[in-house]
Amino acid sequence: MKRGGVIWSWFWMALGILYFFLPLLATFLFSLRAVKGVLSFKAYQNVFSTGEFVTNFSYSLLWAVLTIIVGILIFVPTAYWVRLRLPQVRTAVEFITLLPFVVPAIVFVFGLVRTFSQPPFLIVDSPALLVAAYTVLSMPYMYRSIDTGLRAIDVRTLTEAAQSLGAGWGTILFRVILPNIRVAILSGAFLSFAIVMGEYILAQYLAKPAFAPYMAFLIQQKAYEPAALAVLSFALTWASLGIIQVVGRGRGPAQIAGGH
Amino acid sequence: MTTLVEKRDAPKARPAHSKFSWAWLGVVPFFLFAFMFLIYPSSTIASGSFIDSNTHAFTFQNFVHLLHNPNLIGAYWISIKISLITSLGGGIFGFLLAYSAIRGGLPSFMRSSLMTFCGVASNFAGVPLAFAFIALLSPAGVLTGWLTAMGYNPYFHGFQLYTFWGLSIVYMYFQFPLMVLVIAPAIDGLRKEWLEASENLGASSFQYWRYVAFPILLPSILGTMILLFGNSFGAFATAQALTGGSINLVTIVIGAQLRGDVLGDAGLGYALALGMVVVMAVAITGYTLLQRQTERWLR
Repeated sequence: MKRGGVIWSWFWMALGILYFFLPLLATFLFSLRAVKGVLSFKAYQNVFSTGEFVTNFSYSLLWAVLTIIVGILIFVPTAYWVRLRLPQVRTAVEFITLLPFVVPAIVFVFGLVRTFSQPPFLIVDSPALLVAAYTVLSMPYMYRSIDTGLRAIDVRTLTEAAQSLGAGWGTILFRVILPNIRVAILSGAFLSFAIVMGEYILAQYLAKPAFAPYMAFLIQQKAYEPAALAVLSFALTWASLGIIQVVGRGRGPAQIAGGH
Repeated sequence: MTTLVEKRDAPKARPAHSKFSWAWLGVVPFFLFAFMFLIYPSSTIASGSFIDSNTHAFTFQNFVHLLHNPNLIGAYWISIKISLITSLGGGIFGFLLAYSAIRGGLPSFMRSSLMTFCGVASNFAGVPLAFAFIALLSPAGVLTGWLTAMGYNPYFHGFQLYTFWGLSIVYMYFQFPLMVLVIAPAIDGLRKEWLEASENLGASSFQYWRYVAFPILLPSILGTMILLFGNSFGAFATAQALTGGSINLVTIVIGAQLRGDVLGDAGLGYALALGMVVVMAVAITGYTLLQRQTERWLR
């Protein structure tokens, strides 16, 4: 590489770093301005001590945990079974797992509300619908993580070994396969966690308490408190993806067309 | 040395297709779940857009109304315009960043840090992202303050955060990191030998790019830009939180239609939503096909 090229490389990197950090720095500075004239953590105190914040945030945590559990329960057995016995349905399953990219979240929730607010399925008010919708939203990441994990182990040999030792399907799945792909499951789980914690559209339109709609509500009301929430939200995203990097020692996955 | 190909299954006594396999039952929960919560709700959008909301009869009228509604066509146009601009801008900037980090002669830690940052940034969208830019560039924002102190208030020069161009700047925040993440493997696939070979044959740096690197990367760059297009086309939360719904994007109109029948015609809402799915499907298909093109070179 010639000398001129390196200078240009530094230039583009510097620009990228500015673009990346300036909004975060601004948010952080903004969050410190709650008391006029001095920098303080007053905005954080204000927001963290309100019951509304605690409620909405706890609900988001609950949705995230339920989404991850439902995701594992549905996608691990499916991905395992497809690898072991039904390679011919792989294309169909992969196509379905990519569908959430094709249906934008706002269109998806439009379909959900229209479908489930009339008989025979009048479940639009049920929290279960929100969890199911989140599971769909996280499916591309969760399923693919699990499938990548399964590719790295010898599913057939492990299964046959477990069977010859007398294990049933439950034991095979949860005590043989699951521990072997725990890194893949963890990275899918933390990405799902990051997605659900920051998700606005589904919670807003299915009218359930959650962190992002609360933040959007607070933006209309207050100036500095939403900044504190944005910093918290960024820290959560950073922590989730950081954990993926650490456990996976690989590149972080990207979200597309999900919660934007 | 010869190796025996291990046959794992016992030979079948009868041809497989002649008997029913219970193995299918294993994927029933998945398909049931996907049908119930993804395929069926999505298909009601398709069916709803062909049904007259008053008479419940089959009709193409919803699409006719859509095409004759200047406000809705305008919404598509603005959505397409912002997606084009941010996918081009984000695509070019993201490519330059990725190339700089991978082949630009920078220390290798720059590459891994860039990848980490991009993983986070592409996931950092929606409400908090909108607020980050409010804190940065709104009239009371931090950068606005700094620029004003330096004697240049952008708001005196026609800048507005809560408009089309402001939103484009915000969208770029999740667009260029996605470009970096998706294009990096393609840049990795550019072999050093190709550069050396073209240099040995006397090619200039421009000729190397014009005749070797660019043609190889082009499908990948185009494909990723199409992906970026879809990424921004489907975006809703960021625009809603930033502008409070004052910008006329398709997603914003669908959101408003969902809160209350603002179009005054349920069928029209379905047709609008179906139009989005069609655009997204074309984008994702285009991305997949072009990705496949590139993979030939990356093996």
